[in-house]
Amino acid sequence: MNLQGVNKKLYLNFFRERVPTRNGYGDALVELGKKNKNIMVLCADLTESTRVHKFREAFPDRFVEIGVAEQNLVTVGSGLAAVGKIPFVSSYAMFCPGRCWEQIRTTICYNNRNVKVIGAHSGISVGPDGATHQALEDIAIMRALPNMIVVVPADYEQTKKATKAIAEWQGPAYMRFAREKTEQVTTAKTPFEIGKAQVLKDGKEVLLIGAGPMIHECLVAAEELQKQGIKAMVINCHTIKPLDKKTIVAAAKKCKRVVTVEEHQINGGLGGAISELLAENHPVPIERVAVNDRFGESGEPDELLVKFGLSSQHIVKAALRVRKR
Amino acid sequence: MKKLTKIKDLQMMADVIREDTIAALTEAKSGHSGGPLGMADIFTALYFNILKHNPKKPCWEGRDRLVLSNGHICPILYSTMANAGYFPKEELFTLRKLGTRLQGHPHREALPGLETTSGPLGSGLSQASGMAYGLRLDKKKNIVFCLCSDGEQNEGNHWEAVLFAAKNKLSNLIAITDRNYIQIDGNTEEIMPLDPLDQKYKAFNWNVEVIDGHDFRQILHVLKKARNNKGKPLMIIANTIPGKGVEYMENDYRWHGSPPGTVTTERTPPKDEQTDVALEEIHAHEAEERGDWYLEHLRLRPIHTMKRKQK
Repeated sequence: MNLQGVNKKLYLNFFRERVPTRNGYGDALVELGKKNKNIMVLCADLTESTRVHKFREAFPDRFVEIGVAEQNLVTVGSGLAAVGKIPFVSSYAMFCPGRCWEQIRTTICYNNRNVKVIGAHSGISVGPDGATHQALEDIAIMRALPNMIVVVPADYEQTKKATKAIAEWQGPAYMRFAREKTEQVTTAKTPFEIGKAQVLKDGKEVLLIGAGPMIHECLVAAEELQKQGIKAMVINCHTIKPLDKKTIVAAAKKCKRVVTVEEHQINGGLGGAISELLAENHPVPIERVAVNDRFGESGEPDELLVKFGLSSQHIVKAALRVRKR
Repeated sequence: MKKLTKIKDLQMMADVIREDTIAALTEAKSGHSGGPLGMADIFTALYFNILKHNPKKPCWEGRDRLVLSNGHICPILYSTMANAGYFPKEELFTLRKLGTRLQGHPHREALPGLETTSGPLGSGLSQASGMAYGLRLDKKKNIVFCLCSDGEQNEGNHWEAVLFAAKNKLSNLIAITDRNYIQIDGNTEEIMPLDPLDQKYKAFNWNVEVIDGHDFRQILHVLKKARNNKGKPLMIIANTIPGKGVEYMENDYRWHGSPPGTVTTERTPPKDEQTDVALEEIHAHEAEERGDWYLEHLRLRPIHTMKRKQK
């Protein structure tokens, strides 16, 4: 099992630097815009908070303000793709894809248009806004769609790389990322490839598979398990569709016990995808750390992490539970 | 493909397309009749006179884009495309059957010449707006035509696009509303009133034209003029008769979503005679001239007069 370019020093100090993952999206778009004149950005009245304002300043002609109309956001995007553009359609994940799933299904996926759907402020990271704004179902509804890929980068650097990668990808893509500042677990040198899971820490007694900002919680949990004498492997499953079958099945064979970790409903997300994969290919006991089939509520993200059972401590408990099965 | 410039030729062509639509729907045993028959004249005018297109090169860069928003009237799109030479007319008999390129609702990747996939209503104008925006950005002269139904204007997505196109002054976007006053559950003004529709579009900052959707002179006049549309997007409200050409279907919402042979009303012949009655009625229209017309346009004979291939 190879460690994929993770800066060990940085990894050991992963709690040092916290940068909003959404900045990675905004910064990457500006770089992409310079290289490719077909890159366009569409936004639904959330320009600054989705961090596309830098692109608007740099390329006003290729920035399209749609207003508060997410169905129009994605369908205008489909039309632009029809004439050769590469539109990034951005809003909060709760509104896009939340509000416009059918339009994404019909006019982007079935129609097979090269549109990049961006769900910002996903998971519980919009804490105080409450349950209406906490997108906890987007992975499930996006990964069910044929032709769609689903990417969930872990931090600023990875969001930047993932944005560039989905721009290169021919076809529909969904990327979700969080609002909050997130600990950096990758570096500018860490490779990123769609569909290639990253082993961040090797181990053989339990496998922790996470995505997005929860990768940090997984690493903290792995440290804690280490103290208890349990060597956990940590995989950053930044592409939830298509899953990296080879890496995940090999890791499950080695570790024999699996814990999935995500900022999403327990049904249909990363845990669901991993369970399906392993049930078919290498059945092992699995515990899913996720929001347990309930709506969110107002609170600071750190508080909600604990309330919904998503913190590193909950991951440790899940790891201990699954090892007893 | 030969451009038809004489009104008489366009009328003949529209009748052939209607007959082919009836034949295809009858063979399919399901699908929509009312809207397709009502839009036959406008489709004929577009594909045989107005559109810049090349059936042999459906992806030709210089083509106008035609977006069908109300995908359920695709039998008329397929019949028109077949007659224009996009694919063999016999293929119309595969409508809605397993393995067909003529899906029950149009799928772009299934058939060359389709600009988009549609069926779920209210999203076509948005896609057409995106195309118009992108083409203008690239300084291209192609026109984007978008055909919408009136019933689908119950959808919020449609009005989001109306706002967007007006804001961006998409004068290269020409929308046509099939104003036939019916939808599945009844008459549009009872289900969810839309009138005064022309006033709505004017208030939303669109150019507006209202025409008789069965009068080729009006259709051609407005569509030719549309190529020089300026300043705002253009909405052409075409008043049409659903089921046009088949007396027992005309203006009856019960024929919105059913093929011949499946509905009984106070005006219908027995179910097993409905297709023949419909075909004879359309065929009888301008019958005297038709004999000579077929001699000139042999390839365009209606498919129901062709010898059917044995399965």
